[in-house]
Amino acid sequence: MQTVDMQQLKSGEINLGTSIMAVQFKDGVVLGADSRTTSGSYIANRVSDKLTHIHDRIYCCRSGSAADTQAVADIVHYHLQMHTQQSGDRPSVHTAATLFEKLCYENKDALSAGIIVAGWDKDVGPSVYNIPLGGGLFKQPWAIGGSGSTYVYGYCDATYQDGWDRDQTVEFVKNTLALAMSRDGSSGGVIRMCVITEEGVERLFIPGNELPKFWEGVEVLPPLSFKPKQQDPSGPVPMAVEA
Amino acid sequence: MDHFPTNWGRPRNDAQDLYNTYPLHQRPNNTPKDVFADGVQRTQQPIVTGTSILAILYKDGIMMAADTLASYGSLSRFKTIQRLQSVGENTVIGASGDMSDFQYVQSILEELMIEEFTANDQNELGPAEIHEYLSRVYYARRSKMNPLWNSVLVGGKKDGKRFLAYVDLLGTTYSASTLATGYGAYIALPLLRSAVEGREDELTEEQAQKLLTDCMRVLFYRDARSLDKFQIAKVTDEGVVISDPIKLDTTWGFAEKIRGYGPQTQ
Amino acid sequence: MTSIGTGYDLSASTYSPDGRIFQVEYANKAVENSGTVIGLKVKDGIVFAVEKLIHSKLLVPEANKRIQTIDRHIGMATAGYLADGRQIANRARDEASNYRETYRTPPPLTELVTRLRLYVQAYTLYSSVRPFGCSTVIGAIDKNGPSLYVVEPSGIAYGYNGAAVGKGRQLAKTELEKLKLSELTTREAVFEAARIIYLVHDDAKEKEFELEMSWIGDESGGIHLPVPKDLHQEAEQKAKDALENFD
Repeated sequence: MQTVDMQQLKSGEINLGTSIMAVQFKDGVVLGADSRTTSGSYIANRVSDKLTHIHDRIYCCRSGSAADTQAVADIVHYHLQMHTQQSGDRPSVHTAATLFEKLCYENKDALSAGIIVAGWDKDVGPSVYNIPLGGGLFKQPWAIGGSGSTYVYGYCDATYQDGWDRDQTVEFVKNTLALAMSRDGSSGGVIRMCVITEEGVERLFIPGNELPKFWEGVEVLPPLSFKPKQQDPSGPVPMAVEA
Repeated sequence: MDHFPTNWGRPRNDAQDLYNTYPLHQRPNNTPKDVFADGVQRTQQPIVTGTSILAILYKDGIMMAADTLASYGSLSRFKTIQRLQSVGENTVIGASGDMSDFQYVQSILEELMIEEFTANDQNELGPAEIHEYLSRVYYARRSKMNPLWNSVLVGGKKDGKRFLAYVDLLGTTYSASTLATGYGAYIALPLLRSAVEGREDELTEEQAQKLLTDCMRVLFYRDARSLDKFQIAKVTDEGVVISDPIKLDTTWGFAEKIRGYGPQTQ
Repeated sequence: MTSIGTGYDLSASTYSPDGRIFQVEYANKAVENSGTVIGLKVKDGIVFAVEKLIHSKLLVPEANKRIQTIDRHIGMATAGYLADGRQIANRARDEASNYRETYRTPPPLTELVTRLRLYVQAYTLYSSVRPFGCSTVIGAIDKNGPSLYVVEPSGIAYGYNGAAVGKGRQLAKTELEKLKLSELTTREAVFEAARIIYLVHDDAKEKEFELEMSWIGDESGGIHLPVPKDLHQEAEQKAKDALENFD
């Protein structure tokens, strides 16, 4: 008998089949995401913003059900505002990540949400947390997520190095996302990025027609037979032949 | 009918396969289990698939367009596959659905055309004959419960007459001055109809090409199994010409200022 | 043929005491009585020319072709029994189609000739069948360039630069040997072929004939096609003129 897994999408639900990532560097973190939102293979929104503001120096990347992740992000946002009012200080990234973890873990049967939380705080500086489907909490120097990420684990493992500066990190995020988007039908559109440092949040934008280019194949593979040869117009016109 | 090749052969159920990432043959089967099914059913399912094909009539003949992607589930697996094929001097075919079945169809057409050529009877098969032949092939295979998993557009011009028709995995056929398969049937067809119908004899080559390019762009924006690289084939009195791959110009700049999903401004 | 009438010529499955198979030799006789067929392998292609003898004025002109197409790039002309020639052509088409189906590439002529000669040879092995009463001149442009073969009733196949079979083969061979085949273009070869057929035709014995010509070359796009009408007429006229000057 088929059991319906509640972590899966409901019929017609809007899906963030996604490529998302966050990487920390010495002075901050870089978050990045594609902009495709799908329902089945229909692109419901080609310019979505999956980088969600949680607090002044904390953002998250959302993947999974759009409805679930928006609700969770809204709740965490509310808690952090309350926290700020009560403590008079900005929350740490760890605090934000813990709230996400709590919501995702305690409601794991009802939610379909894979979230990456990243930001800067004065306690530890930059940090990246990954909260995958079951609601676990994992601190990582870099994190990737969404359906597109499966295509680029190898690239990230082979490329990432500690000690990069801001520009190197931005380049890494940009290239990784472009590779993921080019192979994953559920990812695409533009690349949006956020650079979060002590000084503030900077938004970066790469339009869909200016994505970094990688190997694209030289030409279209001809099908089984060859192009028809040009004939002398005065003579009879034959069938095409394979050269 | 359901024009999505990936849905053919199984009812859609969004409760499974979150990202459409399962290689298709591993997808959970949500159909009700028929105890006799194993005995009679050898229906397969498409694995490596191509998406929409578009085709229109215009002043000088017919024009057809297809992108160059062959997908494996949601994986963009082969990005430089030609899905348009000339058959003889007067016909072009384009296929969506399973690419292995399309290759098989190409090879039987090649065999057919050679057989006709060697007959040396001054007679060449035109688009109408090729379409009729294909419809028999597809219907025969569906009747063996072993369909060739495609929807195919056949277009051409022979003896001054334009021809454009559709055939699919069931052997269903129809003809119109604008045709589209896959997502194109939902998204592009209304645009094609409003631009072409009633103006089949006026539309110039440039207008036809622009129309198809505009529709391919919309499909690239809205079809998650499409590519921004496509080819255009035309059949005129001068014969078949299939273009080199064309890269779509796309617009994204307006998206730069979009923030979040609600009140967010940062 | 000293053993004729001694009973060793009744079956292709029986040798004569001096090691000959008379049925095969008789089949060659059938070829020798046929209108001449020539094939030329030149720089960039192949030309076939046939002296098709017309035994009745009631026949439709240009019907009963003796040049046949096997695949887009392969043509053949037969001398001998036309019915046998058609049987061989059909077999060759099946083999070519079968090769394409298996390897998804146009069959090279060597491969096709190998299969064809095995088929012809099989008809020299059994008492229940007769060997083919025809010789096949077969040519193509394949991945190795132009090539030309003759498959004989015995099942043997030789490659040639210029081939001639049928009634006028001796004279035709002499004429072919005079040509610098490897330097001719296909278009030039058409004129030579027409000239040779007109030259070897014996006006005294055979009244009527029809010149049948086809080519495979750059001008035909590597496809086996009848020589275009205007070129055919020009070559035929030149051949007639040459003959008159020759006389």
